[in-house]
Amino acid sequence: MNDGTQAVEQALSESSTPKPATETKHVKILNRDVNVFYGEKHALKHVDLDIYEHEVTALIGPSGCGKSTFLRCLNRMNDVIDSCRVAGTIEIDQTDIYTSGLDVVQLRARVGMVFQKPNPFPKSIFDNVAYGPRIHGTAQNKSEVEEIVRTSLERAGLWKEVHDRLDQPGTGLSGGQQQRLCIARAIAVNPEVILMDEPCSALDPIATAKIEELIDELRENYTIVIVTHSMQQAARVSQRTAFFHLGDLVEVDQTDSMFTNPKDSRTQGYITGRFG
Amino acid sequence: MTDTTQHTPPGGRPRSSADAIKRPVLSGPHLARRYRTERIFKGLGLGAIMVAALILFILVGSIVSKGYSAFWQSYVHIDITFEREDFTDETGTITEESLARADYFTLIRGTLDELFPEAASDRQLRRKLYGIISPNADLALRHQVEADPEAYIGKTVPVWIKLSDDIDSVVKGYIDRNQPEDRRRVGNVELSWYDSFHKEGQIESFFNVDLFTHGDSREPEEAGILGALVGSILTLAVTLALSFPVGVMAAVYLEEFAPKNRWTDLIEVNINNLAAVPSIVFGLLGLAMFLNFFGLPRSAPLVGGMVLALITLPTIIIAARSALKAVPPSIREAALGIGASPLQTVTHHVLPLAMPGIMTGTIIGMAQALGETAPLLMIGMVAFIVDIPQGFTDPATVLPVQVYIWADSPERAFTERTSAAIMVLLGVLMLMNALAVILRKRFERRW
Repeated sequence: MNDGTQAVEQALSESSTPKPATETKHVKILNRDVNVFYGEKHALKHVDLDIYEHEVTALIGPSGCGKSTFLRCLNRMNDVIDSCRVAGTIEIDQTDIYTSGLDVVQLRARVGMVFQKPNPFPKSIFDNVAYGPRIHGTAQNKSEVEEIVRTSLERAGLWKEVHDRLDQPGTGLSGGQQQRLCIARAIAVNPEVILMDEPCSALDPIATAKIEELIDELRENYTIVIVTHSMQQAARVSQRTAFFHLGDLVEVDQTDSMFTNPKDSRTQGYITGRFG
Repeated sequence: MTDTTQHTPPGGRPRSSADAIKRPVLSGPHLARRYRTERIFKGLGLGAIMVAALILFILVGSIVSKGYSAFWQSYVHIDITFEREDFTDETGTITEESLARADYFTLIRGTLDELFPEAASDRQLRRKLYGIISPNADLALRHQVEADPEAYIGKTVPVWIKLSDDIDSVVKGYIDRNQPEDRRRVGNVELSWYDSFHKEGQIESFFNVDLFTHGDSREPEEAGILGALVGSILTLAVTLALSFPVGVMAAVYLEEFAPKNRWTDLIEVNINNLAAVPSIVFGLLGLAMFLNFFGLPRSAPLVGGMVLALITLPTIIIAARSALKAVPPSIREAALGIGASPLQTVTHHVLPLAMPGIMTGTIIGMAQALGETAPLLMIGMVAFIVDIPQGFTDPATVLPVQVYIWADSPERAFTERTSAAIMVLLGVLMLMNALAVILRKRFERRW
């Protein structure tokens, strides 16, 4: 058998919470017939995908398959791209996020995002985390801001490393620390959903392990959608996995059954490393 | 593949499977050619820089060598007797008014008449004699006496009297005594008076403070650049106040908010075209629009600043847009991703990061505006203005126009003052460029 598959199986057995699906799970984000066009290009085709609350959903697939595009639909980051057009229904808690009256800024406060490359603001660590609460007015005074910064950094597992240098620039941290700072910045706003676009692709294995641990902890309070290129990572951190290929959602299932018993031949080919 | 084939010297052609792979050759004519090209390129680059440095050296050298003497002005030291009755009013007391009314002109002339009695009889000679002194010397003397009347009145006091521009030229060695008298600006008799002063050590040169404290004048020794300097500062203030906010707003809108379509492309092309329009055209526009249509005052820094704002606007917009473009998109995504509105993203993050670049562009635009002459000629800022402008609507001129006016004046002494004005202009320019560098270094942040 292939080395990659072995590693995935090993990761699966290490996965801290291989929970079986239950009927009572609440659907946080409902996607029906989602299509995305970049100009003439049909980038995402008829995606139906339910994302459950307090679960980590991993999106996997070869480069250019549309998984990042799909992720960016969920907080309407695609709006920034002029040529991009989204069709279909995306509902968060039964509210269509593409209705005309919806305030995108409010939506993004509910659906936070962590990007592939750590992108802290060129400001102090404190200001990085405090920025969200400040613009959303969630903190009334200075001590509340300080409290939010502290708890966010603690939940992101960064407090111990930076508590004595909060006034230093966030850009001066190491790559892994920067990414955790970005996670702290995202959770400081108290979103309901956190979208992660390959958050570990620029990090070394030790920093990656820390972030994965963090994702597992965050699951308790947030709904997480993560795009990853690493099958092992998907197996380690996620409860459900969706496999995209050439703009199609090929297969979505419980992570453990997906990796041990893929139904589609394309999924099988990808997770065993035959293509992609 | 065998080990023996791998160490085959270049040029040898053994037949083996390894021969199919062509490795780069580390010697031979190809390499020598590359080295030679690199050497030639380096040499040409160095040559270009040396030529540029040489031209700059010649330029600055010629200006400084011509202009440094303008920073000195010669004075003659003569004893003047201040009779008390010359300074009193009808009642015989000295008041501020009586001091102001006193005839300092006659006082100086009288002293000169006493010093050179041979000239007193001949009217022509007397005019020549008074001509060696600056026509405005009485004003300076009055200020001296008014400042401290006790020290002068009723006494005979040695006073420094400013010499005229022609005698000043003699002191500075610009007058060739070997030339025949009719070809010289200074006649023999004036030279003999100068010589007699010189023999007694009564002539001395001082730093030419008046050059920096006076407005323009028809008398070179009285002319200063303060009027033009203040005019330039007022004009640039108007330019900055108009073009910076408008330019930055236009750039932010075009770069961050405007949809990318045919219209914005058209606007972009036209902004670039505007930057290439000759400045005289803007001057004509200013004449037609601001003066003739809106009826704004002629020769005013307000109008000059408005015209220069039109000229610098494209520069600022282009610089600001490229500075905004240089802000990495990841910063915008980060801000949008945590729910900042597009305007908050720009004002909190993008604009502060682009600011050093915008400021550098603005200062370059301002420096360009500072050196602009042609459009200001069109709106009347070329006028001869003695008073130092007090506000934005006072008639004024600017440094480069002052250079133009002085360069056009026939007096020998204006030649050196032209160079001095150029030096001041270059000094202001260098100051602004230094400011640009400091601002960039100070506010530059890495991300």
